[in-house]
Amino acid sequence: VDILLKAVGDTPIMKTKKWAVERTRTIQGLVDFIKKFLKLMASEQLFIYVNQSFAPSPDQEVGTLYECFGSDGKLVLHYCKTQAWG
Amino acid sequence: YPIGLLFDLHASNTALPWSITVHFKNFPEKDLLHCHSKDVIEAHFMACIKEADALKHKSQVINEMQKKDHKQLWMGLQNDKFEQFWAINRKLMEYPPEDSGFRYIPFRIYQATTERPFIQKLFRPIASGGQLHTLGDLLKDVCPSAITPEDGEQKTQVMIHGIEPMLETPIQWLSEHMSYPDNFLHISIIPRPTD
Repeated sequence: VDILLKAVGDTPIMKTKKWAVERTRTIQGLVDFIKKFLKLMASEQLFIYVNQSFAPSPDQEVGTLYECFGSDGKLVLHYCKTQAWG
Repeated sequence: YPIGLLFDLHASNTALPWSITVHFKNFPEKDLLHCHSKDVIEAHFMACIKEADALKHKSQVINEMQKKDHKQLWMGLQNDKFEQFWAINRKLMEYPPEDSGFRYIPFRIYQATTERPFIQKLFRPIASGGQLHTLGDLLKDVCPSAITPEDGEQKTQVMIHGIEPMLETPIQWLSEHMSYPDNFLHISIIPRPTD
């Protein structure tokens, strides 16, 4: 599925915003990937938000989120290093 | 996962009380989410409620609430104060009178026999013809393997909160009255005991 990653606040942006990932990839897997991509320390926190409102649980699959909250053929996820939408 | 769900999924049809082994060492970091503090659990709980409200009301209800309402939900749950919790939760269970239900039903279907964590899809409580969708309709749509063919013998049990609701029950009603505190309907599909 196609996902669009957007940075929030002071979190570094990613050069490539659009990614195609497997449906079965979990949110945790995605977090690990973004951390590696941004060369963040493993101890640093990274939060992911769907629809700028809620944080999906780490074991949720991207495919499921895409089906429930995707629009225009893609899922928009916001990521940041501090909690944004409490 | 909610503990009642774990019971439905793994220990239904066994004797009560359910004896649990609590492990204090060798935390399986890979398989389970490690909650380092109570705040993490609270944040996770609120995130679930928000996700459910995103499905039910496009997040409108939860966003109109104040921080103290959110706190009251959590404190009510944490201290087992039913009235305190429901004073706020009631608002999350309402829907505009011109609609006859939520936008989508927040549900998750778990199967003990599959690898995938759970099934979650968009499902409307009302069919396009105006009639109410039932639990059976939901299963037929998203998890046909759970439905028993007309003539075949029943191989599976559909459990919510340890009981088997009738498949004719409207899904909107189930969502309002049988959801877990996180506002999701957690439905377990387990093999029917053979005896």
